[in-house]
Amino acid sequence: MTKKISIVEKIHSANDQLAAENKQQLNQADLFSLNIMASPGAGKTSIIEKSLELLKSDYKIAAIDGDVATSIDANRAAEAGATAVQINTGGQCHIDAHMLRNALMELDLDKFDLLLVENVGNLICPASFKLGTDKNVLIASIPEGDDKPYKYPAMYQDVDALIINKIDLLPYVKFDMEYFQKGVQMLNPDLITFPVSCTTGKGIEAWVNWVSEHVKDKKVS
Amino acid sequence: MHELAITEQIADIAIRHGEKNKAAKITDLYLVIGELSTVIDESVQFYWDLITEDTICAGAKLHFHRIPAKFHCLDCGKEYQMVDGELSPCPFCQSTSMEILEGKEFHLDSINII
Repeated sequence: MTKKISIVEKIHSANDQLAAENKQQLNQADLFSLNIMASPGAGKTSIIEKSLELLKSDYKIAAIDGDVATSIDANRAAEAGATAVQINTGGQCHIDAHMLRNALMELDLDKFDLLLVENVGNLICPASFKLGTDKNVLIASIPEGDDKPYKYPAMYQDVDALIINKIDLLPYVKFDMEYFQKGVQMLNPDLITFPVSCTTGKGIEAWVNWVSEHVKDKKVS
Repeated sequence: MHELAITEQIADIAIRHGEKNKAAKITDLYLVIGELSTVIDESVQFYWDLITEDTICAGAKLHFHRIPAKFHCLDCGKEYQMVDGELSPCPFCQSTSMEILEGKEFHLDSINII
């Protein structure tokens, strides 16, 4: 005899629970954290390098780098001045809360002011797996095209800040900024946006100031 | 690989509820998936059959109830849906100010057990 059991449980509930635990751990250490997401090649590691360059004299910074394989990104973050931990996801296309928890164990969290988590390059999966970081940041880049908010709505919906990287390429690439921003506006009204170029350095300061404000706020609260 | 991680999460939830209800077997799972939530397709059934082989979920059928995205225009107050799966401004007044009413769902609604 078949019996129907009502469940109504979020599929990501187990991950969400671990994310909440990560958040608690980071809060106890007054450590401000960012989950940086983007497609491959949008400039995640370059943004991290630039941020480290400008912030490392003021803050102690840790970087956790997620990749399917290799430790190229963690090495770059370490060379730029962060204490870096590499997560190899072993084929998974995103970092999940459990992987982040393991990486956090490798760090003495009380020693740091800022944690930069570089997610795996992907515009689909990382959106679904919360990590427990304070803010989710998405990096879009000009050569990717202006249709990305329309094609990857889940990614644009829940982020707290948006970096538009490689704006130095605007004269050379077909990219309708108005169309792009219209898509962003629909999914995430009033999303704070930083147009930047890692190559020329334009706009980086505004982004870094935003991070810095949050690091300070977290220390005070 | 995204589907694999999600399939494992679904199996964990189903098995937990199945055991709690002393199920000998889980025969069906009813999933509710909003158009704006995680990308997921029928390939999950393939992963499902692989990872649940030796569990009470073995052979269970996955049913997908898809919920189309629904928006409420904050300017003219009308409701509208996506056209051809693409996000668009309000078709009535072209406004881009809207709130999402439906489409973010992603949960296991119920299971059938014997």
